[in-house]
Amino acid sequence: MPARIIEHSFNPWQILAQHETSLAPGSFGACANFVGSMRAFNAGNQVSQMSLEHYPAMTQQYLDELCAHTIRRWELVDGLIIHRVGQIKPGESIVLTAAWAAHREAAFSACRYMMEELKTNAPFWKKEITDIGERWVHDAPTDI
Amino acid sequence: MSISVKFFASLREQLGTGSVEIDAVSASTVREVWQQATRCVEIPANTLCAINMHYTKLDDTVHDGDEVAFFPPVTGG
Repeated sequence: MPARIIEHSFNPWQILAQHETSLAPGSFGACANFVGSMRAFNAGNQVSQMSLEHYPAMTQQYLDELCAHTIRRWELVDGLIIHRVGQIKPGESIVLTAAWAAHREAAFSACRYMMEELKTNAPFWKKEITDIGERWVHDAPTDI
Repeated sequence: MSISVKFFASLREQLGTGSVEIDAVSASTVREVWQQATRCVEIPANTLCAINMHYTKLDDTVHDGDEVAFFPPVTGG
């Protein structure tokens, strides 16, 4: 499965190591990855918890297509997207994107592309519990 | 024709429902589906929409059996 949506905390490094065992030894020369995790602060407030809602059927379809498209575009050996939903605590991982390629340029570019595309288009929504109450998150263009 | 309409996140909370089934006239647009499903609540300016899990525009046409979804800008990752 190139893209997975999971409802429990996950260890991205364990997933990366495990996924690499499914790839043929020597088939790639580069692996680039990105891990996004939950901050305990946002927009000047302390954040104690976050809930991540999504549109299940559309999210899975979108991430599957994004991963497949990225693999084709950069001729990757493989690509991977993991995204968390449900109740999340500060420090827990939210998202993992990874790209395995022959060389670093394709790996770096593909990894970033998957991350930026899902940030813009994948139907997930964050609601955080802060020291001043609950609120839906609105990403600012500067939050890159 | 029967259309399944879904609302997510802040839109679901504002409207007080996550899904409704409507019996639309033929050749309705996404905008008309919104109006019928919400009883003419004004569409928030930044609302996104999808037909059968693919992004679409408010003036696109829906067909019998379609699932139409409305939601605010996404904030995953």
